[in-house]
Amino acid sequence: MADIDSRMAEIGWLDRLASRDTPLHRIDPRAKLLTTLAFIVAVLSYGKYQLAPLMPLAIYPAVLIALGDVPLKFIARKLLIVSPFAIFVGLFNPLLDRQTMLTVGPLEISGGWVSYASILMRFVLTVSATLALVAGTGIHNVCRGLERLGVPSVFTVQVLLLYRYLFVLVNEGARMSRARALRSAGSRGMGLRVLGAMLGSLLLRTLDRAQRVHAAMCCRGFDGHVRTIEALRLRARDAAFLVGWLGVLALLRAFDLAGLLGAIATGGGR
Amino acid sequence: MSHHLVEAKDVHYSYSDGTQAMCGVSFRITHGESVAVVGANGAGKSTLLQHLSGCLLPGGGTVRIGDTLLTRKTLAIVRRTVGMVFQDPDDQLFMPTVWADVAFGPINLGLPADQVRSRVEHALETVGMSHVAGRPPYRLSGGEKRAVSIATVLSMDPSILVMDEPTSNLDPRARRRLIELLGTFTHTKIIATHDLDMAMELCGRTIVLSQGRIAADGPTADILRDESILAPCGLEKPLSLQGCPICSRQKR
Repeated sequence: MADIDSRMAEIGWLDRLASRDTPLHRIDPRAKLLTTLAFIVAVLSYGKYQLAPLMPLAIYPAVLIALGDVPLKFIARKLLIVSPFAIFVGLFNPLLDRQTMLTVGPLEISGGWVSYASILMRFVLTVSATLALVAGTGIHNVCRGLERLGVPSVFTVQVLLLYRYLFVLVNEGARMSRARALRSAGSRGMGLRVLGAMLGSLLLRTLDRAQRVHAAMCCRGFDGHVRTIEALRLRARDAAFLVGWLGVLALLRAFDLAGLLGAIATGGGR
Repeated sequence: MSHHLVEAKDVHYSYSDGTQAMCGVSFRITHGESVAVVGANGAGKSTLLQHLSGCLLPGGGTVRIGDTLLTRKTLAIVRRTVGMVFQDPDDQLFMPTVWADVAFGPINLGLPADQVRSRVEHALETVGMSHVAGRPPYRLSGGEKRAVSIATVLSMDPSILVMDEPTSNLDPRARRRLIELLGTFTHTKIIATHDLDMAMELCGRTIVLSQGRIAADGPTADILRDESILAPCGLEKPLSLQGCPICSRQKR
């Protein structure tokens, strides 16, 4: 139970970050969304053994984090929570792909390890950029931006409501779980059968709640679109942010900055 | 002021599982009246309220709000006139911030931006919640949530306020504040409640429901004093009309 509560506190943290006012917050959500999308595409466009050329791309999440004054602790904890996914995805690479690619002194590094490192690198880059984006924009504004970019409102309204009712759902689930724990004398209730029944009842409660929320929305004139009055305006600053980053990403993609630096360094050492 | 009129004529409604929730309910509420709808659990209070806001349409009989007959086509007009405050504020507050939630209705009414802003400010000021405008609704206390739910409806400037259990789950001070707030409203008020003491304070008229029928309809002071009406409907005299618990014990 304490675990559920602390997870919810983490989401509250995201809310507090999103409600601040930093240079990152002041940039139009659409500009941030598009650059982040371009960034993710750039990261994913490298070949599976290209590890070094990825590294300079870290400048994008780094700048977002700095502009938005996002605590590194926040990014690190969220990365840890989702990391098992990336860790397991590439787990078999080193076992399947044993061809030696690099030799560092006596150490022979196989292609599998390089591609595994590349997967982890991509994971850290894309997820930290996305986290910084959300922390510096807020779910509400991300959804508004998405809608203005042409994402169907069915989708954005879902995300908004999902985020809003996450708290209510977790509370309801926590209450049921507490009620079971209090009457199951230290054991795990009655195992899966009871858990199944609990989940079923949670689903029914959720459906009931959804109907009531929908009625409340209809009473206030809801017609499928969530509107806002603060119009989004793309100013010169936002355009500069977008164009500047697209340029930087294109340059990094076209020229292997890490390779160039390496060549200069080793050339200078000769 | 006929647009403040609420009239139900022989309203019938049964749910899809066959439960007969309304069996011939008729009443007429006029401008500025404050009416309490009381009755035991399952007597049909919530069903009745949902008819008044157009969340349910009568299975038989008619509901008239002002000059408008409630039908699927007139829902938009009816909902502009009737402001419905739901029992659970978590159902009512679905936007990411309090401000956005209070602005939701006026924006859907198609008002220009500056008018939306002034309505939101005014509504939040009326319920004394201007200081939480930027907060997400799930970070508020129960009393604050309730006040904000009322603001979300006030911002639409309805002529009729319909409320389901407004004082439930509030601590005594929050309840007192809410009663004082509701007392300042000049709207036509229809309040479903188990809080009979609040009904005594706020409502001049009381409608008692029992098993989907109107068991009594009249001045609150008369009805809530009459054990012969209250007892069969699963109700008790409000505490304020019962003897002092300490003095009456001493007499025994």
